[in-house]
Parts: sequence; C-alpha cells; structure tokens
Amino acid sequence: MTDPTTGHSADRPAAAATPLAGRRRVAAGRRPSPVLLVPACAAALLAVLPLGYLAVRALERGPAYAWDVIADDRTALLLGHSLGLTAAVVLGCLVLGVSLAWLTVRTALPGARIWSVLVTLPLAVPSYVAAFTWLSAAPGLAGFTGSALTLTLVSFPYVYLPVAAALRRTDPAQEEVSRSLGHGRVRTFLRVTLPQLRPAAAGGGLLVALYVLSDFGAVSLMRYDTFTRGIYTSYRASFDRTPAAALSAVLVLMTVALVAAETRTRGRAGHARTGTGTARPAEPAPLGRLRLPALGWCGAVVALAVGFPLATLGYWLAVGNSATWDPGTLADTSLTTLGTAAAGAALTTLLALPVGVIAARHRGRGARLLEQAAYAGHALPGITVALALVFFAVRYARPLYQELPLLVCAYAVLFLPVAAAATRAAVLQAPPVLEDVARSLGRSPLAVLRTVTVPLAAPGVAAGAALTFVVCMKELPATLLLRPTGMDTLATRLWTETGAGSFAAAAPYAAALILLAAVPSYLLGRHRT
Amino acid sequence: MTDLQIKGLVKAYGPEAAVLDGLDLTVPGGALAAVLGPSGCGKTTMLRIVAGFLRPDAGSVAVGGRVLSGPGAHIAPERRRVGIVPQEGALFPHLSVARNVAYGLSGVDRTARRARVEKMLELVGLAGYGERMPHELSGGQQQRIALARALAPEPQLVLLDEPFNALDSALRAGVRDDVRAALRATGATAVLVTHDQQEALSTADLVAVVRDGRIAQCGTPEDVYHRPADPWVAGFVGDAVLVSGTADAAGAATAATALGRVPLAAAPAGPREGLVLLRPEQLRLTDAAPGEACGTVTDVRFYGHDAMATVTVEGLDAPVDVRVPGPVPVRPGGRTGIQVTGEATWHPAVVPPRACG
Repeated sequence: MTDPTTGHSADRPAAAATPLAGRRRVAAGRRPSPVLLVPACAAALLAVLPLGYLAVRALERGPAYAWDVIADDRTALLLGHSLGLTAAVVLGCLVLGVSLAWLTVRTALPGARIWSVLVTLPLAVPSYVAAFTWLSAAPGLAGFTGSALTLTLVSFPYVYLPVAAALRRTDPAQEEVSRSLGHGRVRTFLRVTLPQLRPAAAGGGLLVALYVLSDFGAVSLMRYDTFTRGIYTSYRASFDRTPAAALSAVLVLMTVALVAAETRTRGRAGHARTGTGTARPAEPAPLGRLRLPALGWCGAVVALAVGFPLATLGYWLAVGNSATWDPGTLADTSLTTLGTAAAGAALTTLLALPVGVIAARHRGRGARLLEQAAYAGHALPGITVALALVFFAVRYARPLYQELPLLVCAYAVLFLPVAAAATRAAVLQAPPVLEDVARSLGRSPLAVLRTVTVPLAAPGVAAGAALTFVVCMKELPATLLLRPTGMDTLATRLWTETGAGSFAAAAPYAAALILLAAVPSYLLGRHRT
Repeated sequence: MTDLQIKGLVKAYGPEAAVLDGLDLTVPGGALAAVLGPSGCGKTTMLRIVAGFLRPDAGSVAVGGRVLSGPGAHIAPERRRVGIVPQEGALFPHLSVARNVAYGLSGVDRTARRARVEKMLELVGLAGYGERMPHELSGGQQQRIALARALAPEPQLVLLDEPFNALDSALRAGVRDDVRAALRATGATAVLVTHDQQEALSTADLVAVVRDGRIAQCGTPEDVYHRPADPWVAGFVGDAVLVSGTADAAGAATAATALGRVPLAAAPAGPREGLVLLRPEQLRLTDAAPGEACGTVTDVRFYGHDAMATVTVEGLDAPVDVRVPGPVPVRPGGRTGIQVTGEATWHPAVVPPRACG
C-alpha cells in the first residue's frame, strides 16, 4: 500500500518542514570536512541568493519609492484578497482535516482504512489541475469561491495527516479517565482530545496557509487577484521592475513568518508527546445513528476532491478529438517535461547531498545556519524565486536569461528542502559509528563518504530524488517565467489552454501530468513499504 | 610489538565538566589491557581520543614511540593504524562479511587481499562465512567479524569498546575467549574498555581502574583484586569486607580487629588507625569457639558454585559477607564463629569508602 505521507506529493511537500526533528547523538568536536563543507556552502548560497537579490531590487530606487509602491491601494487589495482567501481555506481545511481524522482513526467507520488512504489522494492533484476541472464544469465559480473551494479540496490533507497521526499517538487512557470522572463523549472530546490535537492542527493549518499564499496556479486560473497573481501581472505589464520586486518582498516576509511559526508549533508538538510511549490503540467509538451521515461526509469529500477532477478529466478526454489537440505536441511536451524535471531533480539531489550529510552528522551554529539557509526555498513562493532569478540573469548573466540552466537552478532553490530532508533522514538511519570504524581502517573522509555513507543512504536519497522529480514536473509559476521561449511543459501548456478556455485541449495535458507523476509516486510508495 | 603510552590526558566538555583529568596509562606491546570503570568515568572518551575521533585538551597519546595526539600534533584517524571494535560490532550492513574484513585493505592487490581475508576469518573461527551478509550472522559472530575486520590491516593497536555488552551471558564467555585467542595469535596490543569487573579480571593481562577521569590503579588482575590501592577500588573490582583496625607496634605486619588479629600483606607505615580489607573468600565459618570472633547469621544467598553468608559480628557496625564453598553449614539466625585466612591489605585512610560495589 502507498504510504500516504510520502507516496503522494504536492507542490509544497510537508516533509521539507522537519529540519530539526529527532537528532541522534553526534560526537562533539568534529568539524565537517572541506569535501562536504564547500559544496554545501555553495548550495546554501544559491538557496538564499533569490531572497537577497529580491531585497536589492526592491530597494534599488530607494526605500521611499519602494514604500510608495507598497502603500498603494492595489497592495491593500491584494493583501485583503490573500489574507481572506488564506483564512477561508485554512478554516475549511481544519474542519475537513480534523473531522475526517477523527472519523477514520477513532470511530467504527465502515472501511476506515480505505477512507484514510482515499482522503490523502488530493495531495497528488496539482492546484491548477483542480482549478481547471472546476472552471471547465462551472465557469461561474471563477473568483473567490472557486479559489477557496479548489485550494481547500487540494490542501486539507496537510491538516488531516498530522492530526490523524496525533490521534493515533494520544493515550486513550486519558479519555477513559475523563469518562470515568463523569464526562460524556462529547465533553471528553472537547476537553481532553481536542486540546491535545491543537499543536498538530495548528502545524497543519500553517502549512495550508503557506500553500495558499504561495499558490499561483489555482488563483491565476480562477482570475482572483492575490499577491502571486498580482506579482505576475505587474511583472508582465510594466518595465519598471520595482513593483514586482517590492510585492514579492512583502509576500516573502509573510511566508517566512509562517514558516517560523510552523517550526515553533512543531517543536511544541514534539514536547507534548514525549513520555506517552507506545500507547495501546483506542477502542473505536461506535457511531450508532450517525453512521450514515459520517459515511456520507467522507464520501462527499472524496467525491469532490478526487472523484470530480477525475470524472471531469475523463469527460473532456472523451469529447476531445484530433481537432482539439495534437498527439505529436503532447508527446513532445511530455518529453520536455520529463527532461527538465530530470535535470532539476539531478541538480537538486546533488546539491542536497552535502547539506543533508552535514545536517545529519554535525551540530553547532555553523552547521545549523547552513541547513537553515538551504531550507530557504521552503518559505519562498515559486513566483518570487523565478522573479529574482530573472532579475539576476538580466543584469549579471544575460546569456542565461530564458535558458534551461536558469530554470533548473530555480527548481534547485525551490526543492532543495525536499531533497535535503530526504538525504538527512537517510543518513540518520546509518549509525555514525560505521564512519568511525571506516576512518580507523585507514580510509580518508572522502573515501568514507563514498564507500559507507552514500551507499547506506542511497535508497533514501533516491526516494528524495524521485520526490523532487515529481514536484519539478508539477511546478508552474517558475517554469512559466523562466522557460526558454517556445518551450512548454505539461503544466504551462495546461495553464495556457485553460486560460484560453479550451478545456478539451487542456485535458490531455492534465491527464499526462497525473499519469507521469503517478509512476514515481507509486515507486516511492513501494520503496517505503 | 608496540606499546601504548598515554600521558596527562585532559578533556572537558565545558568549564565544570572535566571528563578526563590527567589520565596516565602505559600498555606494554602485545598486552591486552582492560580499562575498567563505572559509566561516566571517562573511559569511552579516552578510547575516542586514542582512536583520533576526539582531540584532547591536554596530554599526549603515543603508540610505538609515534606521537598520535599531543601538543600541536593530531594525526587523522585513518593514518593512526589503530583499529576499533565498537559495541555491537557495527559491521557495514551493505557489504558482505568478506568485503567488511577487506575494507581496511585498500592498496593491497587482489590475491593478497583475498588471502588475508581468509586468514582473518580462520583466525576468528568463521572460515567460509565470507559470502554472508552481516544480518545473517548471530550477535557473537558479528562481534568476531568486527574483530577480524579491525585486525586485517595489522594495526599497531586494537581498541575494544565494551564489545561483549550486547551478547547474552551464555554466549559472552565463549566469544570473549575467542577474541582473546585471536588477539594473542596476532600479538596485537589491545585495550578493552568495560564496566564489567569479571570481564576485566578474566580477560586482560593488565587492569586499569578509572575513577573520575584518572587511573585509580593499574596492575595485573591479581594485583588489583588482592592488593587494591584503596577501598573504592577494592569495592569496585569485587566484594569487599572492610573492618577498622589498629596496627600493631611498628615493624610488625599484623593488625588487631573485631575479627581477631589479622596478618597484613605489608607492615603499615604512618598512622596506626586504619581499615583492614579482606575478600569474602578469606573468611571461614567455624563452630563458635571461645576466644574467636563470633556473630549471628542474618542472610544466606545461594549462587550454585558457592554461597554468601551475611554475618553480624559483635563489635562491628556493618555486617560482613563470608563466601562459603560447598554446602552451607549455617542457617539465618544461627550463631557462628569467623576465622580469617590469608593476608589483608591495610588502608591508613580514615575517610570511609565512597562507594562499594
């Protein structure tokens, strides 16, 4: 069976957000060898380059001018839209995520195991694919309603997964004590269970907020002016780069704050569960008369989040014909997508290797700083990374502008956290004593890395590479801005066709994207089990 | 034959947390030394410094006259020719047994390497196991392969970090004997770190007892057991019977105690008041006779090969333990006499022992 936490992925994988969880004891006094340190520093530098350069460009014409741009009415409108949409989606995700988690983990819901897999499937649906299906069925949804609906349905698993995990971990003895002290089922849930879920739900909610603020695909197709869409239009509309850069800087400030908050809830959640150990599983609560409504609720969510997109896609594929789409172009685009994603995954994995090894094996301020720098991409919306690289290339590396290497670099910045987290987890699996033994047997640090550390971590690193490959393939905003002229990936093609209202022409690209992304996801799931 | 010389080793993890506090240790070439101490005494830190994974704050480590760690000198672990056998073996899980053993043999041509691996496997009694993977071996076999791997490149020194800890006690003695035989056969100098006093006494040529980051005593197992440097060492390496006594007139090697007049290993110098230290097997239960030390048996514990009787003796604050070989002639509550055989050690320290056992 597919592991729902890793087998499927979205543009913003949750796995990237755990840089500091669960360290093993690491011998004090060891410094990373230069063999690791130099490439790791290069990777970290690349990762923070967009952030730095964005600030430079925003302030280029003086802080006063930048402030004028930001203090504009339009910024207030974008801010209102972004925050309103984020609040609505987070609220929706909390309701869906917590209710589904409780139903699937703690109640006698018929088919609970199957439901628990089904409700994680939306993670595999890119937001713009979901937006395409809803728009093509009901064009009237465009705007706030459509954006909120689409984003809630694709991102509620970010709340579901941590809350379900927390529910599995909590000790049922506490609830039993509450019941024995005279509190009913509902009161016990509200006063004992729910407070324990708060850290997990808050962490998931913050991830959803990050996802919504960074999302470009759904809001741009739904024509709802949030920050990301605003940045894109002001970049396209004007030769003055300051507005786009200043808006990007404001957006990045918001996402960085979210990531910081999310990291903090993670730390607290870890604290809250120490000492519980392995609790015995809770007795499932009987649903009684609520059985049918509960089944209906799960069924409706899965139907809307998974069934509806697939059915719509099927419909458009069925009505389409050779007049609406050209198989040759589809094949070409698929190959381009695969090639670009492969290049992105290769570079990202290579850069992540030294960062992951250092993060797993070394402590100290320097190593922590390095790791955090490499995780910058986690807080950077794709559109801002793309914009920063465009600015940078136009000024300092003109030949790279709108060339493939720049796009591949953008992928590396955006998805370094995914690959580095996978590498770090893989290296942590191998006890450090093996490296000590290898050194004592006369091998140099580089040889030890090659013969012991890397071979042992290889399966985990490969899984990280596959995951990176999938997220590169689905990436939209950076690809849109940085792709070479005339080049299309499945994602950009789907976006263009949907934007033009040619739904039957867009459908094959959506189908191809989902199919191609499913292969590595399936392999990942097999690897984990 | 290469000797190990550790001088004045200091290592602290912070201003208040000195782990090693001027540790000195000399192990002659070809000897197997056990470094024995309670957990947290700094023995693992010492081992990691000798292996080169840690740098000392002060002091030096030399093997065969070559300074490995010292002021201004730090040789990388891979250039020390010091092999280690960690706890639980730590075999490379992705390599076969043969490739594990061959790991340290880089730069050796293939035929020589294969021959060396065969020889090492034979040495540890696992010839023919080369193609197995580590997870297909039992714990004891893994430990022996770990030793073969450490010995393959002919290191000048082998460090064993509590290597028998993870084995169950039935297996432990067998693996211990095999390891000792293999080390003897190669003539390698070896340091075994352990907190198990029986293991240290039965395995090593030399036992160094570590306390608070220093060597409290270093000597042959017999020395350390029968002539402990102080009551703490006595209590740490075995069961001890401590009674206060008064030394007889200068020059005489005897002391008066509640157990009667006890012969001492050496005539005491210094103050005449002190502690007399005996081992439980130096006491014998007798029929209570007048003029002999007498007491009441409070407890008898049966171990199979022998038994331990606890006796409250008139004139002593604490009860004494008496080891009884064969059938136990007394029962709790009975009266018994006690006789002392052999020599005791004399500890002029008036300070009571800090910890026993």
